[in-house]
Amino acid sequence: MRAAIEVIGLRKRYGPTVALDGMSFTVLPGRVTGFVGPNGAGKSTTMRVILGLDTADEGSALVGGRPYRSLRAPLCQVGALLDAAALQPSRTARNHLLWLAHSQGLGARRVDEVIEQVGLGAVARRRAGGFSLGMRQRLGIAAALLGDPPVLMLDEPVNGLDPVGIVWIRGLLRSLAAEGRAVLVSSHLMSEMQDMADHLVVAGRGRVVADTSVADLIAAASDGRVTLRTTARPEAMEVLARAGARVAVQDRDTLTVSGLEAGRIVALLGANDVPFSEVAAHRASLEEAYMELSRDAVEFRATTPGDGTATS
Amino acid sequence: MTDSTTVVTGHGANGRDGFRHLVHAEWTKFRTVRGWVAGMAVGVALVVALGLMSAAGSHASCGMGDVETACTLTTGPGGEAVSDRFFFVHRRLDGDGSITVRVDSMTGQIRLPDATPGVRNVVAGVVPWAKAGIMVKDGVREGASYAAVMVTARHGVRMQHDFTEDVAGGPGGVSPGSPRWLRLTRSGGTLTGYESDDGRRWIVVGTARPARLPATVEAGMFVASPGDLTVSRGNLGGASVQVRFTEATAVFDQVRLEGRVEGRTGGTWSHDDVGVAYEPGGRTPHHPGRFTESGGTFTITGVGDVAPSTEGMRIESTLSGQAAGLVAVMVVAVLFVTAEHRRGLFRTTLLAAPRRGRAFAAKTVVIGAVAFAAGLTAAALTVPLGARILRANGNAVLPVSTFTELRVVAGVAALTAAVAVLALACGALVRRGAAAVTVVAGLVVVPHILATASVLPLGVARWLLRLTPAAGFAVQQSVPEYAQVLGYYSPQGGYYPLPPLAGLAVLCGYAALAAVLAAVRMSRADA
Repeated sequence: MRAAIEVIGLRKRYGPTVALDGMSFTVLPGRVTGFVGPNGAGKSTTMRVILGLDTADEGSALVGGRPYRSLRAPLCQVGALLDAAALQPSRTARNHLLWLAHSQGLGARRVDEVIEQVGLGAVARRRAGGFSLGMRQRLGIAAALLGDPPVLMLDEPVNGLDPVGIVWIRGLLRSLAAEGRAVLVSSHLMSEMQDMADHLVVAGRGRVVADTSVADLIAAASDGRVTLRTTARPEAMEVLARAGARVAVQDRDTLTVSGLEAGRIVALLGANDVPFSEVAAHRASLEEAYMELSRDAVEFRATTPGDGTATS
Repeated sequence: MTDSTTVVTGHGANGRDGFRHLVHAEWTKFRTVRGWVAGMAVGVALVVALGLMSAAGSHASCGMGDVETACTLTTGPGGEAVSDRFFFVHRRLDGDGSITVRVDSMTGQIRLPDATPGVRNVVAGVVPWAKAGIMVKDGVREGASYAAVMVTARHGVRMQHDFTEDVAGGPGGVSPGSPRWLRLTRSGGTLTGYESDDGRRWIVVGTARPARLPATVEAGMFVASPGDLTVSRGNLGGASVQVRFTEATAVFDQVRLEGRVEGRTGGTWSHDDVGVAYEPGGRTPHHPGRFTESGGTFTITGVGDVAPSTEGMRIESTLSGQAAGLVAVMVVAVLFVTAEHRRGLFRTTLLAAPRRGRAFAAKTVVIGAVAFAAGLTAAALTVPLGARILRANGNAVLPVSTFTELRVVAGVAALTAAVAVLALACGALVRRGAAAVTVVAGLVVVPHILATASVLPLGVARWLLRLTPAAGFAVQQSVPEYAQVLGYYSPQGGYYPLPPLAGLAVLCGYAALAAVLAAVRMSRADA
């Protein structure tokens, strides 16, 4: 499968600050790729280099095998949402899309299509200056969809959307991917990716710290851990600790146990008459997996090994 | 699934086509911001309203004796305003022929500023463009077509015709010790002027084809002496110009007229004080010329000038609102680019047009075209209507050819376009609206105001109008500077140091330079 976006060894400095430090990854068509990492990890800079807005000191970024700046009618190749606030306030939503359409040789009909697609039909002839952040995000997404591009790049598209909007954009991005498009979505919040992305590129300190499918990432973070639900939390903790397990409290009646397999836990609890309602292999949330990775990335290792398990 | 990464798009497949789309996009951007469209309309309205209002407020009348009349101008065969006053001693010549004379001397008197108030301070002397020579003219009507060859006081021998045309012959004047022979030959529609130091060896001064010369013309000797010009500097840097009476007297002999001359034998010479003005009452000539003849020697005294006239209002004086209109255009042009930088919209533009110079070039094309249309509308309304109002109010407005009027109107449009491009480029360089408008106004409007408001010495004012973008205002000068007319050709009086197109080229040079710098800056920096 031909990569829709190829990022190869990007390096960039702003004075003494290293923004990109060998950033490399590819984005494939047919799936939603989440581009996550803490603020300052280099996500936005990478996207701007891909889009030809910034120049990297080293490395290259290709879209459909070509640098963005060499594309003809680029909005028909890549649709991008970078900054939803970038609007002339006195221009109407429709006219904002109209000039973009004209720049690519597209007509007003396509504008009306995308404006309906993002649900702004009713306010199309209103000044964009009066739009809420959520409406601006939708307008920005309409602009990205305008050229019906095979590649979409959205920087923090969920910002400012209400819950209905969040559900809508998840569905939209998944359906765009299902049509065979490559979709790259950045976010600094892992939770936003949970039901949206198929694949994740996790960035930290200007490079990629993980490039994996969502399922693999969660499995890795869940490795060997068991979730125990019990009404007798102190007793259970004591019994299991005596047997050499590491136990972390997840909430009032839930514990995460590592170092013992599930069968052994059931046997121990039965032998000591500790009541429990559920023993299950732990499935880490994406957030937990991300926290683990981020910790590595920002080099904030826990000082005590016992605190190594995620507890939130 | 893989096919979707290689969607083939038919849009902008070639570069020129893509650029057309970018221009279309920039035009859409412009027209969809109401404030910008309104700003351009305000610019046009300012020029039209201020121009027509000042024309409507300008009234003039002239007196013909006791009767008040509208001020009229004498016009030459080319339609331009002329001064046509001289003393003419002539005979009628039918068909081809020639006239030959010897000019023996030229003397005169000049009235200087009164040393004692009320007492005429007249000294002997001749002004540089005092003229004595021979002429062939379509009658004695003021403004009639002619050709002449003459000796001047300081500018040597000249061949002139139809007021605006002037060719230099040999240098030097005449004095009793060194006379000058002159000859004017008619052959069909062509006249040839000759000069000679000895009456035997003749040198061609030039040839002329006057616009309207009938078969029968008046041929003879003439003398004219333009007013003496004094320029004194005012306290505030301005200048006041005084023109005072002069007259010149020339002595001619060895007069020979060849061809079919009316009353060849025993015929007499007629004489006319062409264009003489009259004292109040309309009977007595004011500063009359005169002549005497004795034994073939003619002594002729003349007052006035045979030359183009620049006394009167200009059509471009109706453009009094132009500076205000240009400022409105500058503001719009600057905002057209700085608004994008302020809102981050510039990045969206670059996503649509990643090759940076092209995006800016498209913007330049649009603002230039919009400003050209605005300038054209403003000038095409203001100049003809304003001139009509001025004339209806009795003002003498110097007539110009249709071509010149079109050049002024189109020139104002081009000037407006160039100023808009300069403003756009400065906006892209400075990126802050107020600062950019200040810079452009400081480059274009301020030097023009300083140079034309008589606050600077003449030399400084002229250099400002050569070196700064304000040079472009030269394109609206409708009446040229005439080398053969001594005048106070100052920017204040509407005379620019550069020719119209050269001045416009200076402005366009600045605009192009700024645009290139802006494009370079844009293509180098991260967006």
